[in-house]
Amino acid sequence: MYRYDTIDRSIVQARVAQFRDQTRRYLAGKLSEDEFRPLRLQNGLYVEKNGPMLRIAIPYGQINATQLDKLADITRRYDRGYGHFTTRQNIQLNWVKLPEVPEILAELAEVDMHAIQTSGSVLRNVTTDHYAGVAADEIADPRPFAEIVRQWSTLHPEFAFLPRKFKIAVSGSIEDRAAIRVHDLGLQVAKRDGEIGFQVFVGGGLGRTPLIGEEVKSFLPWPHLLTYLEAVLRVYNRYGRRDNLYKARIKILVQALGVREFARQVEDEWAHLKDGPTTLTDTEVARISDHFAPPEYETLPADDLCQLAHLREDKAYSRWVERNVRTHKVPGYASVTLSLKKPGVAPGDATVEQLEVIADLARRYSFGEVRVSHEQNLVLPDVPQRELYTVWHRAKAGGLATPTIGLLTDTITCPGGDFCELANARSIPLAEDILRRFDDLDHLHDIGELELNISGCMNGCGHNAVGHIGILGVEKKGEEWYQISLGGRQGNDAAIGDVIGPAVRAAEVTDVVERLIAAYLDLRHGDERFIDTVQRLGHTPFRDAAYNQPRSHEENRRVRYA
Amino acid sequence: MPKIIKQQRLADDEWKVLQLAENETPHSVRLPIGPLLVPLAVWRARKDELIHRNWEHHEPLGVWLAPNEGPETIAGELDDFTLIAVHFPKLADGRGYSTARLLRERYGYRGELRAFGDVGRDQLFFLNRVGFDSFSIKEDADDAVEALAAFTSFPESYQTAANQPLPLFQRRAI
Repeated sequence: MYRYDTIDRSIVQARVAQFRDQTRRYLAGKLSEDEFRPLRLQNGLYVEKNGPMLRIAIPYGQINATQLDKLADITRRYDRGYGHFTTRQNIQLNWVKLPEVPEILAELAEVDMHAIQTSGSVLRNVTTDHYAGVAADEIADPRPFAEIVRQWSTLHPEFAFLPRKFKIAVSGSIEDRAAIRVHDLGLQVAKRDGEIGFQVFVGGGLGRTPLIGEEVKSFLPWPHLLTYLEAVLRVYNRYGRRDNLYKARIKILVQALGVREFARQVEDEWAHLKDGPTTLTDTEVARISDHFAPPEYETLPADDLCQLAHLREDKAYSRWVERNVRTHKVPGYASVTLSLKKPGVAPGDATVEQLEVIADLARRYSFGEVRVSHEQNLVLPDVPQRELYTVWHRAKAGGLATPTIGLLTDTITCPGGDFCELANARSIPLAEDILRRFDDLDHLHDIGELELNISGCMNGCGHNAVGHIGILGVEKKGEEWYQISLGGRQGNDAAIGDVIGPAVRAAEVTDVVERLIAAYLDLRHGDERFIDTVQRLGHTPFRDAAYNQPRSHEENRRVRYA
Repeated sequence: MPKIIKQQRLADDEWKVLQLAENETPHSVRLPIGPLLVPLAVWRARKDELIHRNWEHHEPLGVWLAPNEGPETIAGELDDFTLIAVHFPKLADGRGYSTARLLRERYGYRGELRAFGDVGRDQLFFLNRVGFDSFSIKEDADDAVEALAAFTSFPESYQTAANQPLPLFQRRAI
């Protein structure tokens, strides 16, 4: 993990002092609401339904035990005892008080944390694969590059007032687990003739106009990463639309120009910047990479015998291992996902006590490090297999062992109408309802891998557009209604789902989901996944099932023999 | 006389900023005497007249750019101006930051570069980094003195900028 030096630390501390002064002037009436808004947003401070919300950065989802303990401590003293992990690998506190925020930031700075650029029309927190560094299918560790991008984007003087927010994600593996195609800019690590570089995608995004990012550069050698990013951002800063908030993201510019023309303009700009002083050096990449050197792994047998015995004897444990434990590139190790999804709790929420349990588990069993996944769970990346059974027991005691990773109830859910000022409808109660309806683990495991994502408005923070099943809250005459979409997916074959019919009321959503699942179980071939059955048959049989329409004889024949 | 911040100090502002009223055109607008900052459209329409004023009567001449007026448009004429200014009609419109960097870093403008409009002390640090060295800010004179502290808000910066030719990683390596 990257360790701050005195320079990094002095920058974060200066930011705290700057924001303390800005808050003081705002409270003294010397800064207007309009003047203060961009300043507080650039420090992660929103004003939401319940008051201010503070979004704290967890750069590319990496956090250590000391930082988790600090977060727990802050959450206990300044908030109401729980925090919320987001799809962009950050954490939000929902109940802070504005005059106390500078103090919170000062305390975060003690453990090299901050809330810089977690909001506002700026370069946002860069995200990556939560299995970075431990995944077997890795081309190169994306974290050094994510950190290089973090430093470059932090307090960038030219791009502090972009047309709209700008999100960058990096994937270093063959399978994209960082959703890079639905980011403003996605970087896919690639290798050409032994040299590391990036395939660059621009213009993806969720929200009002969900789009899959398009390739603007098939291979960008690593030394040019920052100069190329600077060229993209400059073209966007100068020519992105500023007349309409809903058309201001870079995807709209890319669509308006066409991806080839956009890429050409970037090339023109880049021609001036290429090989300039911001060109990355071996020395710098080596310096940063040192921070991500593998921990001192023990030499262990590929399979731990005790753990195999537990697998045979303990069904609940083996079910957890099946869903929540992932093979590690180092023999004898595994990565464990601690689930933040269970009935009675908003998806992604963790209590102070849980944060402390997680910190302790990390310290004892995973070299002190934790990852945040964009599916709103936490990952212990480096657990020896022989400790898995103990980790399971302790995670279970902490309410962190729901064995459903990647299944229907492991939803991505935005805070929705319960917390968010933008929402048209609530989303947490829907996730809760679905969790309760599908509470039979055998049934859930039988249904298999399925991504169900929920957003309370068309900003799409809950990734509804790329959910295999997507649920989107809309408002009709002051009431909450929900659109259902089908066939979205993240990853290498990212696709935007299609809305399958008229919106339904909140009370009907879970019934619709249940009917979609019933149709799938009826129609699937062997162990075909939900999304593959949808792909094979198209939406019609599912739409008919969802809206309780009897299938025509012809359609019945078609789906039976497809 | 109104105050500006120039070279990180408070200074008198002797410039008149010409802005076209609704019923005025670049051709018809009256040019007041004294140091004059004209919109790009007036410079385009009355270049000869403006140069003549400057040469014959030693009236300092400046041009100001709106957010959508890129520096490319005046790149070949930089020597004609004593002052170039960039207008920020809204604080959140950040196009002028790119304009400044391009003027300094690509087109080699070395004269006075001023930011005016909806800018205040909280923008000074970044504005200074991208190459502005003169600022007509919203704060009144007392607060403007306090605002000077903004130039030293941060002890270090990661990126290159108009006032820093090397990124931090290059300097760390030394």
